[in-house]
Amino acid sequence: THTHWILFMFLLTLQRVAPGGEAGVWPMPRKMSEGSERYALHPQGFSFRYGRDSSAQLGCSVLDAAFRRYFALCFPENTVETDRLSVSAGHGELTANTVWGALRGESHFRDLIIRLSRNLFLKIEDFPRFQYRGILLDTSRHFLPVRTILKTLDVMAYNKFNVLHWHVVDDPSFPYQSQSFPDLSNKGAFHPQSHVYTQADIRKMVSHARLRGIRIIPEFDSPGHTQSWGKGQPGLLTPCYKGLHPSGTFGPVNPTLSTNYNFMGRLLKEVSTLFPDPYIHLGGDEVDFSCWKSNPDVRMFMKKMGFGTDYGKLGSLYFKNMMNIIETLNKTSVVWQDVFDYHSSPKSLDVVEVWKAGCYMCEVRRVTAAGVRVILASPWYLDQPGPTHEWSRFYTVRPLAFTGTEHQKRLLIGGEVCLWGEYVDGTNLAPLLWPRASAAAERLWSDEAQTSSVSQAYPRLAAFRCKLLRRGVQAQPLFVGHCKHEYEDL
Amino acid sequence: MNPALGWGTTTFLLLLAAVVCHGHVERQEQWEEVPQLGESRFGSLWPLPQNVVISPVAFMLRSSSFQIVHSAESSAGPGCSILQSAFRRYFEYMFGYTKNQGGNTKKGQDSEVTELQVWITSADSECDAYPSVTSDESCDYSALCCYMFLLYSYTPLLLLGLETFSQLVYEDQYGAKKINKTDVQDFPRFAHRGLLLDSSRHFLPVKVILANLEAMAMNKYNVFHWHIVDDNSFPYESTVFPDLSRKGAYHPYTHIYTPTDVKMVIEFARMRGIRVISEFDTPGHTQSWGKGQMDLLTSCYSGENPTGSFGPVNPILNSTYDFMAKFFKEVSLVFPDTYIHLGGDEVDFTCWKSNPDIQAFMQEHGFDKDFKKLESYYIQKLLDIVGSTKKGYMIWQEVFDNGVKLKPDTVVEVWMGSNYQEELQNVTAAGFSTILSAPWYLDYISYGQDWQRYYKVEPLAFKGTDAQKKLVIGGEACLWGEYVDATNLTPRLWPRASAVAERLWSNQNVTDVGDAYNRLTQHRCRMVARGIPAEPLFVGYCDQEYKGL
Repeated sequence: THTHWILFMFLLTLQRVAPGGEAGVWPMPRKMSEGSERYALHPQGFSFRYGRDSSAQLGCSVLDAAFRRYFALCFPENTVETDRLSVSAGHGELTANTVWGALRGESHFRDLIIRLSRNLFLKIEDFPRFQYRGILLDTSRHFLPVRTILKTLDVMAYNKFNVLHWHVVDDPSFPYQSQSFPDLSNKGAFHPQSHVYTQADIRKMVSHARLRGIRIIPEFDSPGHTQSWGKGQPGLLTPCYKGLHPSGTFGPVNPTLSTNYNFMGRLLKEVSTLFPDPYIHLGGDEVDFSCWKSNPDVRMFMKKMGFGTDYGKLGSLYFKNMMNIIETLNKTSVVWQDVFDYHSSPKSLDVVEVWKAGCYMCEVRRVTAAGVRVILASPWYLDQPGPTHEWSRFYTVRPLAFTGTEHQKRLLIGGEVCLWGEYVDGTNLAPLLWPRASAAAERLWSDEAQTSSVSQAYPRLAAFRCKLLRRGVQAQPLFVGHCKHEYEDL
Repeated sequence: MNPALGWGTTTFLLLLAAVVCHGHVERQEQWEEVPQLGESRFGSLWPLPQNVVISPVAFMLRSSSFQIVHSAESSAGPGCSILQSAFRRYFEYMFGYTKNQGGNTKKGQDSEVTELQVWITSADSECDAYPSVTSDESCDYSALCCYMFLLYSYTPLLLLGLETFSQLVYEDQYGAKKINKTDVQDFPRFAHRGLLLDSSRHFLPVKVILANLEAMAMNKYNVFHWHIVDDNSFPYESTVFPDLSRKGAYHPYTHIYTPTDVKMVIEFARMRGIRVISEFDTPGHTQSWGKGQMDLLTSCYSGENPTGSFGPVNPILNSTYDFMAKFFKEVSLVFPDTYIHLGGDEVDFTCWKSNPDIQAFMQEHGFDKDFKKLESYYIQKLLDIVGSTKKGYMIWQEVFDNGVKLKPDTVVEVWMGSNYQEELQNVTAAGFSTILSAPWYLDYISYGQDWQRYYKVEPLAFKGTDAQKKLVIGGEACLWGEYVDATNLTPRLWPRASAVAERLWSNQNVTDVGDAYNRLTQHRCRMVARGIPAEPLFVGYCDQEYKGL
């Protein structure tokens, strides 16, 4: 039902000013009409108010916080106006179904600050093209300080991203500090105190994200990509063999032991209470079967189960068990496309993330044909090499350009920008991410027909990048030029 | 195992190695060779000194008792501001901001180094001098029990010795600072170790330039090649021609370098033994000059009519040379370095060709249709002008290629990527000094560990006599500004430029990429700890991650 209208108004002191303000509305709204007149906003005369009939009123934590935040963004330094010209008062209004819509509308109001329409009413008519607009951050290959993640969430909100896919752990390190299994980070993190995320850190991130309308989906990738887990959880990983003897190295999670599923169950239970989002990402990519093959116990198990030499079946079994765990937690699981590819009953999957290069549209077609929802990441791997002037590469993606029924297209729920961490840490994350991820943001938010031209997008994106600089975001330049306010930090 | 390091450090390094060995990389297809992270027997030294022997004997360093002092024999004393501020800087680098650690520890448990004695051996300490290319840069120093000597002949080099000393200090497992008994004799392989930054395509705030001068000192760079103006903007504020920046900068107040800014940059660099060589590139790359200086640029024509657009500097007008004489007189006073870079690259002849006055001038001077001769005509006049200011000049390779008559002390910068070996051969065969930048264009980025590519360059691998090789006085890493501004400059530059730094400083036989990787990984963490956001080489971590942002 769409009856929960939220209405709030903002009172303005309006003053006619000369035209020529910066453009830079990004991503492009569905409908935007611009009058020729410009009005000034004065911090003394401007306020956000809840509309009389709004179902949200003072005390709505999300909007109260947003009002304060966007007031500060609208008026970076509290300029005192001494002489005013023909001043008149006006107000705008913003209507949304939910607070989340209001947030993103508000983001636009910020963008439209000097472009109120002629009748002094600002009507936002906007909605996202895809419901899932994500960014993946990898905190295992390098540790990202909490402050860096919080800052990234801020910038995500400016770009109308609404999902942080947090690839928390992987082979190199296990920075998630578990209450139930503290040894995982004690032994598996780069450093047990300085390079971990405590439960308090995570609660802070989740709350920071919520106030900006952003979901955080944690990924605990298994059974591969788990080297760091093995240090704090003996017996979890499969011992690899060389001939008849253990080689001393370890492979993926050992799928033959029920103790491992008990462990996973307890860990994911803890994770599912800490992260309120209904989705949990289970990974499942790049499982190397060679270690399983080398292990006599695993081979015995294969024989017992009648799997022959098809290790994909063993992978399927592992995922069936994992999905059962997720089901008992009332969560929805997301997996990388590898699981779909080797799973014996792929239709049972909830959501599949397509990440491999090559014909990714072929994979999208296959997954949606099986009736499974898809998140598309392949074309938005920001760490992949390419020409320097490459934001257009991320902009010109056409996510729905695969052959399939209307139903199949609806199963593509969105896309995700991936910034893997091999060469990324707090020193370079922001300029690598912005404004290249902004290009993907528009693709996922805006109407494709209205935003197909790179050359038309370029000046708008350049202006938006300057706006990001003004907000203290370390967004790198698209090309030669300048911003009124340059980035002043290091 | 490295017996030369304290065992505390050794365990730390092993832990680092163990963690990273497991980090196998996937999802990536393009991919340079990734060395295994281990430990170097040279610890974290970067660039590697010419001769270094690290003994296993370790000494304590306590911030409460450690001092850097002038030795009695030194020609410099507490009045030498360049050294005094370096003492403070390196004390802070070594001990951070945690003061008085172990203030009440019993003395005598470990041998302790309490003093670093600094000894300027030459009669003139040159404390107030400006560094020059001919500076004697050899030095040696050794660690002894109870105090330490630095022996130097020249002040700016001593700064580099302090850097080396600070790199030898490490923390043991209890967080105590230690240093091993070490003997070092050091000198740079090349005298010119430069870094080019471009403040025209994007304006670089002074703060960013200063931070990168800090990072340069940490890497023993000694020349900041400041490509200060170009087509896109003219941020240099001239006192004689203020219209140049007033009309040619991106913004006449917020996007310029005032005379005070320039002085600050030069002094900040001098305090770190770094020369500042300014580049005022002409006759091409000058679009922004035209806005504030009428008639300086050539009017382009379409048929018989001016198109309204402009080309390179107009070489046929006397007013052009009057302007250049006044302008470069100012520049030669503002920048104390004995060299000025005059550019001279990528001159586009089409506009000159289109202009009827220039066509007539060509005919008059018998240049026929050879516009290279016109370019030479301009450059020779310019060189005479700059020569009269008693400055030497540097130029990009095209000026040499086009056969312009050059003064014998001209330095030719080789930048074109293809056949740079051959170009080095030609330039040195003609008897000119040269610096190499072609293989070190850091603005080209690729995925993965491209630092290795810069590291593996051998500048002297061209055919030529020993005398020719001696003419290669150094090299430069260039970070052009098309896609670079304050937001991404520092992480893009470091530690990639560090790879070039070692190539220009260390012995020719220092080529082990694996050993370099181990040292550079720690060196980059050290830069991060000192507040420079240097990007990671690969998977892993630093004890102290970047605190900025």
